[in-house]
Amino acid sequence: MPPHPALVPALLRIGDDRLVLGHRTSEWCGHAPILEEDVALVNIALDLIGQANLVLQHAGALEGTGRDQDALAFFREAVEFRNALLCELPKGDFGVTIVRHFFHSLFSVLQWEALSRSADTTLAGIAAKALKESRYHARHSGGWVIRLGDGTDESHRRAQEAVDALWSYTGELFMQPANEADLVSAGLTPDVSTLEPAWRAQVDDVLRRATLRVPEVVWMQRGGRDGRHTEHLGHMLAEMQIVARSHPGAQW
Amino acid sequence: MTQSPAERSWPLWEVFTQSKEGEPHQHAGSVHATDAEHALQNARDVYARRNEAVNLWVVPSVVITASTPEDVGPFFDPANDKAYRHPQFYKVPKGVKVF
Repeated sequence: MPPHPALVPALLRIGDDRLVLGHRTSEWCGHAPILEEDVALVNIALDLIGQANLVLQHAGALEGTGRDQDALAFFREAVEFRNALLCELPKGDFGVTIVRHFFHSLFSVLQWEALSRSADTTLAGIAAKALKESRYHARHSGGWVIRLGDGTDESHRRAQEAVDALWSYTGELFMQPANEADLVSAGLTPDVSTLEPAWRAQVDDVLRRATLRVPEVVWMQRGGRDGRHTEHLGHMLAEMQIVARSHPGAQW
Repeated sequence: MTQSPAERSWPLWEVFTQSKEGEPHQHAGSVHATDAEHALQNARDVYARRNEAVNLWVVPSVVITASTPEDVGPFFDPANDKAYRHPQFYKVPKGVKVF
């Protein structure tokens, strides 16, 4: 099946999640609590940015207007980004970073699993590669959620605060755009709302083992998928984009 | 002696990597970690992310018993003056072409 131009918005959501979360994670470089964890977090950041690189490259090629992955990453404004709000929130303390990775990497594993069966063979290939990385990210963050939740009084308190603060941002991951039914029926992308039960079952299992509770939140934040972002994204992009914008076309 | 926060709370683990199947595991270095699974992950991130290994062992450093520098004489010297223990001591007969 030939690539479908309507895939571009879907690819931007996938790529922007990884680009923004990857950049946020890279902010730990040199600041993690211990050398080994510094290395682990930066590895994860590099994995995510590598995934974004491949997905945005594919999006640029399908779009067909000459924008490559660098143009998409460094020369779009905040309102043009399609990442979930969860990915752009400040990195917070180690608990926030870990809980966010936990929520997003479990989603990522399910999303890449589904995308590895995409009718778009390029996307399926990217997904198969990324799936292995995301499985490791889920293992890393899941282990830490249990260690922090079932650890000291302070680590438990901070982990629970992170779960409480981030929970209302998880719903957006599973909001399926109404106008993409044809992508789903063509077997190009999964309906992300179908991934939620499996995600929730895994989250519940790990949080229970971590002695953490799921907050009773009904209202879920949304907006990132439509380009309505928090104030934090613009500041992050300013830092991420300044070198590329100050020296357009520079090679190194 | 004052201890760093890591030394107070996170034990040290020795890391052994196997470069390919069938090869022996070799000592690669050490990592700090809270538990065995964590040590395995840290070892993966520090010592095995550029195709260096197909398998990892992590061992709590405290369970390793090592010989000391003072052991060098009694442990290892006796081997030095017994050249007949080494294969190089024996001359290969001229007729032998293939080993």
